[in-house]
Amino acid sequence: MAQRCAVIGVGQTHYTTKRRDVSIAGLVREAALRALEDAGLTFKDIDAVVIGKAPDLFEGVMMPEAYLADALGAAGKPMMRVHTAGSVGGSTALVAAGLIQGGVHERVLVVAYEKQSESNATWALSTHLPFSSSLVVGAGGYFAPHIREYMRRTGAPEHIGTLVAVKDRLNALKNPYAHLRIPGIDRRMVESTPMLWEPIRYLETCPSSDGACALVLSSERAATGTPAWVHGGAMRSEPIFRAGRDTVSPQAGKDCAADVYRQAGVTDPRRQIDVAEVYVPFSWYEPMWLENLGFAAEGEGWKLTESGATALDGDTPWNASGGVLSSNPIGASGLIRFAEAALQVRGTAGEHQVDGARLALGHAYGGGAQFFAMWIVGREKP
Amino acid sequence: MPSDEPLTAEHVLEFPGGYTRTTGPVIGRFLTELRAGRLVGVRTAEGRVLVPPLEYDPATGEPVTGEYVEVGPAGTVTASAWVAEPLATHPLDRPFAWALIKLDGADTALVHAVDAGNPKAVAAGTRVWPVWRGERSGHITDISCFAPEVSKIVSPVRSSYRLKAGGALGVFLEGIGRGVFVGGRCGGCGKVYVPYRLSCPECGILLAERTELPGTGTVTTFAINNLPDPRAPEVPFVSAYILLDGADVPMIALVGGVPAHEVRHGMRVRAEWVPENERTPSMASVRWFAPTGEPDVEL
Repeated sequence: MAQRCAVIGVGQTHYTTKRRDVSIAGLVREAALRALEDAGLTFKDIDAVVIGKAPDLFEGVMMPEAYLADALGAAGKPMMRVHTAGSVGGSTALVAAGLIQGGVHERVLVVAYEKQSESNATWALSTHLPFSSSLVVGAGGYFAPHIREYMRRTGAPEHIGTLVAVKDRLNALKNPYAHLRIPGIDRRMVESTPMLWEPIRYLETCPSSDGACALVLSSERAATGTPAWVHGGAMRSEPIFRAGRDTVSPQAGKDCAADVYRQAGVTDPRRQIDVAEVYVPFSWYEPMWLENLGFAAEGEGWKLTESGATALDGDTPWNASGGVLSSNPIGASGLIRFAEAALQVRGTAGEHQVDGARLALGHAYGGGAQFFAMWIVGREKP
Repeated sequence: MPSDEPLTAEHVLEFPGGYTRTTGPVIGRFLTELRAGRLVGVRTAEGRVLVPPLEYDPATGEPVTGEYVEVGPAGTVTASAWVAEPLATHPLDRPFAWALIKLDGADTALVHAVDAGNPKAVAAGTRVWPVWRGERSGHITDISCFAPEVSKIVSPVRSSYRLKAGGALGVFLEGIGRGVFVGGRCGGCGKVYVPYRLSCPECGILLAERTELPGTGTVTTFAINNLPDPRAPEVPFVSAYILLDGADVPMIALVGGVPAHEVRHGMRVRAEWVPENERTPSMASVRWFAPTGEPDVEL
């Protein structure tokens, strides 16, 4: 049987458009040192470091793990880098958890980051190769048709995306680390912003953020502080160009959820999971993932959103932190979901704490919705 | 000088070679240090450090001490005024700020130009550093200007590749060059992939059988893009998933010949090729997909 694994430290930077005051090394150190402080530890107490970030083309630093090893106290220790596009933050935590669960290490530092202000992610995601005529412009250009297809299939009314955009930004007002904090955010404000990739409006998209997030993972034996226990973790991927692939509700997402639920003994996610931090970079992905993750029946996700069930005071709060819609340092965004899930079950989420949260889901997806990473953490030991 | 206008003339009053200014010992010391690349002030009897130095304490009229104190080189802006349109005699030929700068260790502020790029980059509290002129002569302009701290560098990265469309892509593009879409059928699952590729992503086996597909198909879903793109003729433009007749995976392509908001799920479309003599083995040979006018397909 695998060793138990706990999150014993969480560190985040304040997410913002441009962190002009720090280098990339300074940024990741800020998160790492906060996580270590949270755990009451120093770099000396760490056995290995696992780092994650999205494509190197975003900052133009190739193999950043080599450059950042010393900055993260990894001299003389195992150091590895994970890359699974937007889901990388989640995958990074799961690779590190595996090192604990497999008994390889006692304490592993997990760090993920992005400093988007060093270039432009839409440029980096739209490097058009010769001979091709791909018309996909950035992530929004890629996901808009799949959102449109979801709306066609389910008959969801147009304002659902707006509701999520408002709800997550209201939550962000309670999270001091959130990037987009828009006082007075409401439907009218969201609806007054321009359509970028119809049906996606400007305020229905995530911001471009600079930021880093770090976790300290520990074995049961080496745990300090307030642990959040890992009850399950799973990753899945699927070929993006497979005939018959369901781009609205990818099979890899369903399989990944089934795996993590099985490990954590979850049979009814909506009832058993107290709070979920789910990767929603475009507001319509909330109802889409509600269905993909089994919180709602197929075609019913938008009704759950519309009912207010996913609000902070709803019966199944999603993205109490404000989510990716409020902070998006891409490579870190998945790890922030995992970290926020841990904060909730530790009872240390602050103003956006969901009362009595005992079991929480952290979720990330990436690429063309082809990579998935999820974990379930709990207040009690599994 | 006579002018075209009656009773109007230009007149210049300038002492040939310029007036001289004897500096006296105190300002002379300041300028001499400046020529050597150092900034100094002088201490008053009350212990304050004046920069630029004076022979007397302006507050009391008492002579200053003979003690010179090295200050700076950095300082803090205490007040500034933005100059949006510099004049010919200004120290910089681009917009800049006049600023009062209190150098580190000084008790008074020095007036100088700050090359800040934009007015938001300079305010009371901004830290600035001198930018020295290459050749110094003992003049306040030995400092060409002050500038905010270095907080960012530009790091160009450029990789140059030579791409050769061989293999499966070459087969597909050769077809495009003669106006057909080449796909491949999987011997395992029977699915038809277009563009032609070497292996089936489901079964992992080679796509042995090539097949030529007609240029007609159905829009399965699409986005209306309001962000301009060099490959699209105008904004908004529609990028659509088009399932070619006989194919099992959709291709993403531009839809044209129809207003963006009239494009529908299930719309029947046909490839519009550029004229035969302009065709090349590149996707630029397909201008876009335009509606055929057939009834929509139920998806």
